[in-house]
Amino acid sequence: MKALLELSNVGMKFDTPKGQFEALKDVNLKIESGEFVSLIGHSGCGKSTVLNIVAGLLQATDGGVILDKHEVTEPGPERAVVFQNHSLLPWLTAFENVELAVKQVFKKTKSKTEIRDWVEHNLELVHMAHAMHKKPDEISGGMKQRVGIARALAMQPQVLLMDEPFGALDALTRAHLQDSLMEIHAQLGTTVIMITHDVDEAVLLSDRIVMMTNGPSATIGEILDVDIPRPRDRLALADDATFVRCRQQVLQFLYEKQRKVEPMPKRNSENAEAARKRA
Amino acid sequence: MVTLTFPTWMEPYRALATGKMTGDQWQALLRQLIWPVMGIATFLLLWQLAAQRIDTSLGQFPGPVDVWEQAGSLVDEHQASRAKEAAFHERQEKYIASRLQQQPEWEPVYRSYTGAPTFFDQIGTSLITVMSGFLLASAIAIPLGIVIGLSSTAHAAMNPLIQLFKPVSPLAWLPLVTMVVSAVYVTDDPLVAKSFLTSMFTVSLCCLWPTLMNTSVGVTSVSQDLTNVSMVLRLNALSHVRKIVLPSALPMMFTGLRLSLGIAWMVLIAAEMLAQNPGLGKFVWDEFQNGSSQSLGRIMVAVIVIGLIGFLLDRLMLMLQRALVWDKSSVQR
Repeated sequence: MKALLELSNVGMKFDTPKGQFEALKDVNLKIESGEFVSLIGHSGCGKSTVLNIVAGLLQATDGGVILDKHEVTEPGPERAVVFQNHSLLPWLTAFENVELAVKQVFKKTKSKTEIRDWVEHNLELVHMAHAMHKKPDEISGGMKQRVGIARALAMQPQVLLMDEPFGALDALTRAHLQDSLMEIHAQLGTTVIMITHDVDEAVLLSDRIVMMTNGPSATIGEILDVDIPRPRDRLALADDATFVRCRQQVLQFLYEKQRKVEPMPKRNSENAEAARKRA
Repeated sequence: MVTLTFPTWMEPYRALATGKMTGDQWQALLRQLIWPVMGIATFLLLWQLAAQRIDTSLGQFPGPVDVWEQAGSLVDEHQASRAKEAAFHERQEKYIASRLQQQPEWEPVYRSYTGAPTFFDQIGTSLITVMSGFLLASAIAIPLGIVIGLSSTAHAAMNPLIQLFKPVSPLAWLPLVTMVVSAVYVTDDPLVAKSFLTSMFTVSLCCLWPTLMNTSVGVTSVSQDLTNVSMVLRLNALSHVRKIVLPSALPMMFTGLRLSLGIAWMVLIAAEMLAQNPGLGKFVWDEFQNGSSQSLGRIMVAVIVIGLIGFLLDRLMLMLQRALVWDKSSVQR
């Protein structure tokens, strides 16, 4: 089967005042239609850079991305993004936020009533029908993120890109949204690439987990197939052998193989003391 | 039974009337009514005391009571002038009617009343001038601000000029504007007076800067997240400006507009005084030149009215801002 999305030899170099910085090197990944793929890695490893390259918000300096036989050169609604901090327009209601996207994408193919129905349908999908005429300021963080997802889904993207979508939410809200996302994924069969920091989240949601090595010159370290049948139930999985094994493998990768050693800043007095001891 | 609901700011007064004041309501009453009234009363007292000690060549400096009397006489003069005008028109009507009876073929000539403008006429003139100048300035500053905010090239090109012209006093512009208007605006049948144009352009030149600067800063500070949304949606340049940039920049824009209107009002009075253009500034100057024993009192009335109108204009902008801006937290007092 031919992959829907293909990243081949993607590399990214940034020019900095201190010279060139290679953030990504030789990232190769094939994603099939309907797959749910998570990108996991320590912060600063270039996960977001990969996602932004697929989104078209950044241009890879080496290699390229092909989606459904077309090379990605610019952002577009067929690669809808759910941003980390919802990015709703604060002056529009939930409904209007989704409507803006729908009008932009389906202006030529849908009538006025069809557009309205489609906006409402997508808000219902994320369980936001009851608050669709509220502005972002008037709803909670989790609800904002739901609207953000509805906006992305309403574009009927070929790939849904999610940049740590639940990172800023509390644990309970996050669990709710993860369940909603699984429901939607089962219902629509959307292809999803999601960045996460959360190992449990990655194992629970994904078909495959792409683990990235630490930068500079970050690349894909390992890819783990999560062979757990769907629908998945977070309670039942808690002591499911496959779940535990997958979780173990990701943890091992992150904390043994790619252990990130961040030097603790030493206080001056400690330094002075150490110097005295040496002397 | 009818239940009356009161706005929250009226709550202490209702409680006072029914005799059920809570501690918080006393606090509110003090803050809303008693402290401001005390402040004003103290000011009036100090004013009165100081005024008694200042002797000018036009007599003693007016105290609050003299000023109050002068305000009354300005109202009387206005009413008298209106009565005179009505009488003039009545006389004219009668004369034309009677002459037409004798000579039906005669073409009647209507003349307009040519009395001196009263204090209230001057207020009207000033208000029209300031609003025209302010609207013209906004019509230039907002689009230009958007362009400067969107394009770093435009910003680089125009920033030095803006920094150069921003601090220029209206008094420096005035002679230039006067000469240019006289030279360029030459018609036999003028739609508006030259003096009006001079004041208006001077006001515009001086008050467009805050709007320009704030609009451009507002446009520059559109969040990257929203710009990304716009890019993913592939909004074209026009929709991007309309749907993302303008609403984002609106709170900053309004801050600029409010500052601009304040400056416009201050500049206008100075311009009218200097250029002898009709309006409140001219009223002040005329009274100063007139030098009667009432002049200082009348000028003081004008000072208070100028302050009051400035305050009301600012409130007007605040109301407009509250009604139009989505980010209520950006609306300051």
